[in-house]
Amino acid sequence: MLLLLGTTALFAPMLAPRDPLSQNLDQDLIAHSREHPLGTDKLGRDLLSRIIYGGRVSLLVGMATVTLSLTIGVAIGSFSGYFGGLVDQMLMRLVDILMAFPGILLAIAFTAVLGPGLDHVIVALCLIGWTGYARLVRGEILSLRERDFIHAARALGGRPKRIILRHLLPNLLPPLLIQATFGLAAAVVAEGSLSFLGLGVEPPTPSWGSMLNDGRQFLLVAPHLTTYPGLALMITVLALNLVGDALQERLNGRNR
Amino acid sequence: MKRYVLYRLLFLLPTLLGALTLVFLLIHLIPGDPVDVMLGETAATADKEALRESLGLNRPLSVQYRTFMFDLAAGDLGRSLYERASVTEIVRARFPATLELALCAMIAAIAISFPLAVVAAVRRGSWIDRSALTFSLFGLSMPNFWLGPLLMIIFSIQLGWTPVSGRGGFGHLVLPAFTLGLGMSAILIRILRASLLRAMNEEYVQTARAKGLSEQRVWLKHTLRNALLSVITIMSLQFGSLLTGSLITETIFSWPGIGRLTVQAIQTRDYPLVQGCVLVIAVSYILVNFLTDLAYRLVDPRITYGE
Repeated sequence: MLLLLGTTALFAPMLAPRDPLSQNLDQDLIAHSREHPLGTDKLGRDLLSRIIYGGRVSLLVGMATVTLSLTIGVAIGSFSGYFGGLVDQMLMRLVDILMAFPGILLAIAFTAVLGPGLDHVIVALCLIGWTGYARLVRGEILSLRERDFIHAARALGGRPKRIILRHLLPNLLPPLLIQATFGLAAAVVAEGSLSFLGLGVEPPTPSWGSMLNDGRQFLLVAPHLTTYPGLALMITVLALNLVGDALQERLNGRNR
Repeated sequence: MKRYVLYRLLFLLPTLLGALTLVFLLIHLIPGDPVDVMLGETAATADKEALRESLGLNRPLSVQYRTFMFDLAAGDLGRSLYERASVTEIVRARFPATLELALCAMIAAIAISFPLAVVAAVRRGSWIDRSALTFSLFGLSMPNFWLGPLLMIIFSIQLGWTPVSGRGGFGHLVLPAFTLGLGMSAILIRILRASLLRAMNEEYVQTARAKGLSEQRVWLKHTLRNALLSVITIMSLQFGSLLTGSLITETIFSWPGIGRLTVQAIQTRDYPLVQGCVLVIAVSYILVNFLTDLAYRLVDPRITYGE
């Protein structure tokens, strides 16, 4: 399912039957037709094409948010866990403070101030997104750094950077992979929420969240405008949660 | 307990200060001139100057920060640009509606999750168990900005059972409370089921059975009671999330709470009001989590958190 969603998003220009931005006011709010299998919106734009292109935005924001948060979180968590001391204490207090702040509220406030836009959404979601990875990596490194193989690497003269990259981080891949999968699902929903509030991507670029918001005005006459983009979003999040659950079961089971 | 409260208070203060500083910085993050963003570039110079003066934006940042903190200590959140009223008064008028919705959403979540989780744990591996887990997975994956309109289409527009939007009697509450509470119920089902299954294997439960207690008594008095501990924490923590989740749910159902107020303030670029709303929601969220920690310690004195 995820592979299908990813492929559809990647090859959207080839797979979408029509231009997602092309308007045709003579054919607005059609429920179903041969030309438009999922109907059209208020400007006569093909809904199927807009959903396909909307998937691109959701997955792009999700992937970028996870990659950026993961990079920042792993760097800070590794540094904090490996070296410890005052810097570790300060970084972890910062993590505590950021984690105590409701993430989506900060993202909403941030994009409200900076204005909508793909880059603003990604930065807004990373503001708190990195903290979970940092805490996870720090905790794991704290328990791993006293293990024999790390002592051996140190005794052989291994430098901290090499020990972290070659010996510690490979051991953290399973929990990071699980957290990244759930993080991707959360980022897709968060992007949808921001777009729904008009703070995500700017029109006329299609996004599932903004399509749902547009559809709210036509609940009585064109419920398909709300049903299909939401279904696409839910299937994506459901698939990611299922993969996350399966990974958790398999990788944690193996670790036990 | 006193030492524990002091420890948590010591942690609460920098957290609150950090949150307040973050909120303060938000309005100063606006690239370029914040007044241009609020009034538009075509606004008259005199209007811009007046706004700059009233918001204190022509003073150094450190002075603005100090004034912000002192005003806050006096309960002054500034004045709304468009409603021409005190932000504190506006927020105070809207907060009860948000609280009402959050509490009802919590009740809805409990009403859905508790029976499902208990039956799922008792009949582990059965179709009921699998259905409960599937329901939970769907609940976790269904964004409330889709669920809300979907429920509206079915129950308000097609069946006509509930009002479409607004605040009024019980009927007005049903759909928003269910929309907001579904995510929480999905989490509660998973946690309560797992806690019950764990508790079932504990020695005290086996002892209770060996003593010849009825299965019902074993469940109610021993298993469920102990499994509830972890659920109470999650419930309280989730209550904080309900406050932030209200932004979208209140917007969908035109619920006149602080969430909808925040979104309206964002749309009208009323930044003092945005700042006030974000601040109140964030501080409520942090305080709810703080009180949860204390309550949990009261329920389970073994908790120490590195005292």
